[in-house]
Amino acid sequence: MSTEQILSSDGIPLEVSLKKAERRNKIRAVLLVAPLFLFILIIYVFPIGEMLFRSIDDRKISGMLPKTFTAMEKWDAKDLPKEPVYAALYEDLSYLKENKTYGQIIARLNYEKSGFSSLIKKTVRKLNKFEQGNYKEQFIEVHKRWGQMEFMGALKNTAPAWSYAKYLKGVDLKFNQEREIVQVPEDRRIHKILWMRTINVAFWVTIFCFVLAYPIAHLLATLPMKYSNLLMICVLLPFWTSLLVRTSSWMVLLQQQGPINDLIVLLGFAANDNRPELMYNVIGTFVAMTQILLPFMVLPLYSVMKTISPSLMRAGKSLGGTPLISFYKIYFPLTVPGIGAGCLLVFILSIGYYITPALVGGASGSLISNTIAYHMKSSLDWAFASALGAMLLVGVLTIYWIYNKLVGIDNIKLG
Amino acid sequence: MSLPKYTSLNYRIWHYTYLTICGLVFFFLIAPLFVILPLSFNAEQYIHFSAKMLALDPEGFSLRWYKDMIWGTKNPWGLAAKNSIIIAFFATIGSTILGTVAALGLSSRHMPYKAAVMALLISPMIVPLIISGTAIFFFMAKVGLSATHTGIILAHIVLGTPFVVITVTATLTGFDHSVTRAAASLGSNPVNTFMKITLPLILPGVISGALFAFVTSFDEVVVVLFLAGLDNTTIPIQMWVGLREQLSPTIMAVATCLIIMSTLILVTAELLRRRSERLRGINN
Repeated sequence: MSTEQILSSDGIPLEVSLKKAERRNKIRAVLLVAPLFLFILIIYVFPIGEMLFRSIDDRKISGMLPKTFTAMEKWDAKDLPKEPVYAALYEDLSYLKENKTYGQIIARLNYEKSGFSSLIKKTVRKLNKFEQGNYKEQFIEVHKRWGQMEFMGALKNTAPAWSYAKYLKGVDLKFNQEREIVQVPEDRRIHKILWMRTINVAFWVTIFCFVLAYPIAHLLATLPMKYSNLLMICVLLPFWTSLLVRTSSWMVLLQQQGPINDLIVLLGFAANDNRPELMYNVIGTFVAMTQILLPFMVLPLYSVMKTISPSLMRAGKSLGGTPLISFYKIYFPLTVPGIGAGCLLVFILSIGYYITPALVGGASGSLISNTIAYHMKSSLDWAFASALGAMLLVGVLTIYWIYNKLVGIDNIKLG
Repeated sequence: MSLPKYTSLNYRIWHYTYLTICGLVFFFLIAPLFVILPLSFNAEQYIHFSAKMLALDPEGFSLRWYKDMIWGTKNPWGLAAKNSIIIAFFATIGSTILGTVAALGLSSRHMPYKAAVMALLISPMIVPLIISGTAIFFFMAKVGLSATHTGIILAHIVLGTPFVVITVTATLTGFDHSVTRAAASLGSNPVNTFMKITLPLILPGVISGALFAFVTSFDEVVVVLFLAGLDNTTIPIQMWVGLREQLSPTIMAVATCLIIMSTLILVTAELLRRRSERLRGINN
């Protein structure tokens, strides 16, 4: 072996110096990718991780009522807790009152059960009138809710430092006093409806886009270059135009005194004083989202159809197939990769859509993204917004993973 | 597309039906954009085609909403335009440099875990903006960059890089690596080779990636909604605020300007794409 070893000009075995060169190339490639990789890691992946963390983090309140929760550990939550729990609660609340930080537990407890806000405020106000001993009675005297199982159970439910309660809330479930998972009352089951509506809208927008995009992608792929370039502008101009511009044009079109309603009245489908509502409901969301996402369906379909030779269809016809059969047996199967790519892309984009539903969707057309934004900006229940975001993220990443397996992420075509 | 003489009547009917359907879909795609144009020249205060406009009476049209956009009292568009341009400019530079460099590494055959790394780098394009916005908001608040231009620019660099990575790697797939080896064998160092050989050849891809990054940043509203304070307002934010209150003709004027801008960008992008295809020897 050693006698036949090939040496490079400087006397090192060729194998060794080749490996060295390969390694150098590898390091160079890694170093080129590293800046962006680290950047994305720090400014994107890490924050998303922190968001997930935030959705289960419930440590703040356990740090503010430490003695109460320690005392509650021995309580089986079947009957009202005994004196030590109330004594501990008195100590914790006195400490919070002294430091003026009790406001922070109010919000948290109110998410758990509404009614805590007034309960805590009233109790804290009267705390200095408490006498030594027999705290249970004194608490119940201040407010009868301290003697109600619902409230004491809810208080115990906030004890764990880590909790997936927000995820349960995201699908209309909750812990009851016995810490069993139950459905929330019928009139408060809103999130399941939202999820279903989001999936429903995404599904139908994908179908509509597909039905509309298939013929025009075919036309673009088969027309001579000089015509198809011109028509391609019709696809690319909306693609490059600001989302808000496109949404505002739909708001103009769909408003009650807008051109589409004018046309409906003119054609006699509706009376002038009884114009249909086309906007601020799910119809507006459907129409606007379909038009806005249509280019994302046309472009992948077009790039696949472009590669299909027209002679295949001619061959099919010459072998006796009717146009319909040739299409069904030859052309359609060849376009399936493009259909998969386009449908997955449109579905992914529409499931997280926010701007358009918020502007033209109204209450009945708002989607899960709008709820996340509401909890981020208005109700300020950031943990719940994070949990909803995490659930949406899991859904999107699953589809992304399928997309990557089927299409390959490096095959995405832009324009 | 004229049909040969021997085609049957059925096929003829089907063919013209098909063309009509296509025409309607194209109309559906492009027509909404053109509704805005005439309304921005409306002389009246309503978002409605007035009788004078329909009669093409010159009195029905005016430039008052454009004047209002530029000189109107306490109008936010000047500040918004300035902010939008500053943010988009720096975000474009950042994403283009980071994305191009990463694409060079990614298209090397020596890159380990290529598919996984690529999937991670593209993910900001796929993950819903509301999630990105939420996560980046928490992060920027923590490091003290919320309501600053820097914070928004950093966020937009994240959102813009996937487009640059995609377009530049696509350009590099048709790239003949023997030219860089030739340069190296003639004694050129890697940086010199990149500047003199590689960059001029992949420039169309880089510029079209940069255009994508620019448009992404310039149009982006969800993340800015979370990050922006009063001083960081951008054009999309002002449009968002305006549209939520009420449709005003001034917004139509702004929208018209944006449509003109996107037309210019589209033309540039198309010219670049054709040039790139010609350079790479792809003939259609």
